[in-house]
Amino acid sequence: MTASDVKIQVDNVYKIFGNRPDDAMAELHAGARKADVLQKTGCIVGLNGIDFSVRSGETFVIMGLSGSGKSTLIRHFNRLIEPTAGRILVDGRNIMDMNPKDLLAFRRTSISMVFQRFGLLPHQTVLENTICGPILQGVSRREAVALGMEQLELVGLKGFESRFPRQLSGGMQQRVGLARALATQADVLLMDEAFSALDPLIKSDMQEQLKDIQARLKKTIIFITHDLDEALHLGDRIAILKDGELRQVGTGAEILFHPADDYVERFVRKVDLSRALSAYGAFTKVPVLTQAEAVADRTAALLREHPAVIVAQGAEMRVLTSSEPDRAKRVASIDVAATLGESFPFLAGDDAVVVIDSGAPAGILTREMAFKALSRLAQGVCSKAPPRGPADAICA
Amino acid sequence: MADNFPELVDTRGLRFAIDDGFSWIVANYGDTLERLLGPLLKLLGAMEAFLQWLPWYVTIAGIALLTYSASRSMRMTGAAVVMLFFIGAVGLWNDAMATVALMLAATVVAVVVGIPLGILMARSDWLRSVALPLLNIMQTLPIFVYLIPFVMLFGPGKIPAILATVFFAIPPVIRLTDLGIRQVDAEVVEAIVAFGATPGQKLLKVQIPLALPTIMAGINQTTMMALSMVVIASMIGAGGLGYQVLQGIQRLEVSRGLVAGIAIVFLAVIFDRIAQSYGRRAQKHLASGE
Repeated sequence: MTASDVKIQVDNVYKIFGNRPDDAMAELHAGARKADVLQKTGCIVGLNGIDFSVRSGETFVIMGLSGSGKSTLIRHFNRLIEPTAGRILVDGRNIMDMNPKDLLAFRRTSISMVFQRFGLLPHQTVLENTICGPILQGVSRREAVALGMEQLELVGLKGFESRFPRQLSGGMQQRVGLARALATQADVLLMDEAFSALDPLIKSDMQEQLKDIQARLKKTIIFITHDLDEALHLGDRIAILKDGELRQVGTGAEILFHPADDYVERFVRKVDLSRALSAYGAFTKVPVLTQAEAVADRTAALLREHPAVIVAQGAEMRVLTSSEPDRAKRVASIDVAATLGESFPFLAGDDAVVVIDSGAPAGILTREMAFKALSRLAQGVCSKAPPRGPADAICA
Repeated sequence: MADNFPELVDTRGLRFAIDDGFSWIVANYGDTLERLLGPLLKLLGAMEAFLQWLPWYVTIAGIALLTYSASRSMRMTGAAVVMLFFIGAVGLWNDAMATVALMLAATVVAVVVGIPLGILMARSDWLRSVALPLLNIMQTLPIFVYLIPFVMLFGPGKIPAILATVFFAIPPVIRLTDLGIRQVDAEVVEAIVAFGATPGQKLLKVQIPLALPTIMAGINQTTMMALSMVVIASMIGAGGLGYQVLQGIQRLEVSRGLVAGIAIVFLAVIFDRIAQSYGRRAQKHLASGE
């Protein structure tokens, strides 16, 4: 990571709740633990020497259970909560040094936030809620409305702009929250358990939508969650927070396969591996022929060396296998970046699916390959694939 | 016979000191205070003159319109008209208008002073811890105790009547403004701050609109308390319906007291219904967003 990549740097941040923060800090520096500090000074240690940096354009997930300090931490980035000690640099600028005027400008233009229970104004329409950021920025109403409509369309709420928040479902309300955050056009997006209040199906829809939007807009996202699956699914990197201390910062694969301590290990034990590994780590490359090239002699020769041959005609894929050399079977295809879990529905019906890399067919994934990859991972033994999906990184 | 409670401390000295101190204030600042409150008296006089000048049918039509626009109920509107007719028919129209003017003036002052105080209280836990016991005392002190210092300061008349009424009626609006603002969903407030709202924008765009139903309930209570105090204040020269009741007591005329009492109840019902309906509509607006 070069210095220019760093968007946000958190530098030794402490947060003490209570009346004697100085005494508590002295105790901490003397090596006291959280419980000792509480007993001696009556102060609660919210955050204890937090240190990490977030890269530009990255989705950085902070994960922890309730009481871990994650909601406290995210409120430090826009100074809804002031730290007791430490610095937070955004674009190299220490936000603790900002005077009230600078802070207002910073909140209006550089950083926006999505809340767990949405935080929408109940007495204003969806559109009014969406344009609250631009209006506070001082943008003219016409421009703000245009901007707001654009964001509402982006999150799929076109046509709902004159409804009121209570008339929408939870998922739709949170999409308003997302549109409101995007409408400020800030680079940094804070998401405080943004999808935790939604039911599971809506939650996964929202995750996909966020990934879509992120692929287009390349914001720097700090995402808080208590759900490890969500963290692995969304996060480029993940930080695990426990009792106000960072236990580990790393990619999903590092967290999964090299847990830094017992706590993290206990945490990751229950994770669904099929969602952590992409098809890239499991599939096998096979020759690809066009319909015209697929003459019997040639395919027979190829099948002696390869488990299968793909016959591609336009968007339609057929697979010839050594067990059925005469009949090309039509199969589904998945992207190489898709998780193994996404291939399961197809593999339940067919023996194999075609794996697409950069828009072209590259190889096949069979049930056997998928199982093998998962068992390798479960044992912590790595395949030889280069880093690609979250879990593949470890297999170098 | 049991023993009397022993006289441990001689309180006469203390009471004399308080009385003398207050007399000193009256002697030295009474005129200044009276001059300062001149505009209030003018406001009250103008309101009273206006309400009594207005033809009775215009007043009734106006109040009917107000009732209907708040409640959207023909029944309630019809009831208000009948009650006002009764007041006029028994010859208490001018007295009733004097009472309404005094009540409205006191309510306006209480709201104008009380809402900002409530807002300050919501912002400072320290101020709240000081103000709450004071408000409790103000609400539990016997009504008559308020009358004494104001009569001493200004002599009998409308100014002490209106001031005593304001003092008596102001606690609910302060209390409920504070409560309403404190009850606003913390995440909504946090959201608007996160998007860069100044404290003033936070107050005007989020806190007051969302606290409005509660504030309206406070205004409603204040109105009712002002009305009850206005009746008592007739003892110190406020006039109006209360004066009729007072005369009923002095002359032992049951009918006079009863009729004036019914007129007061009718006014209370009408204003309570109007204020409550407005409060309910504000609540509904927030709940459904319509």
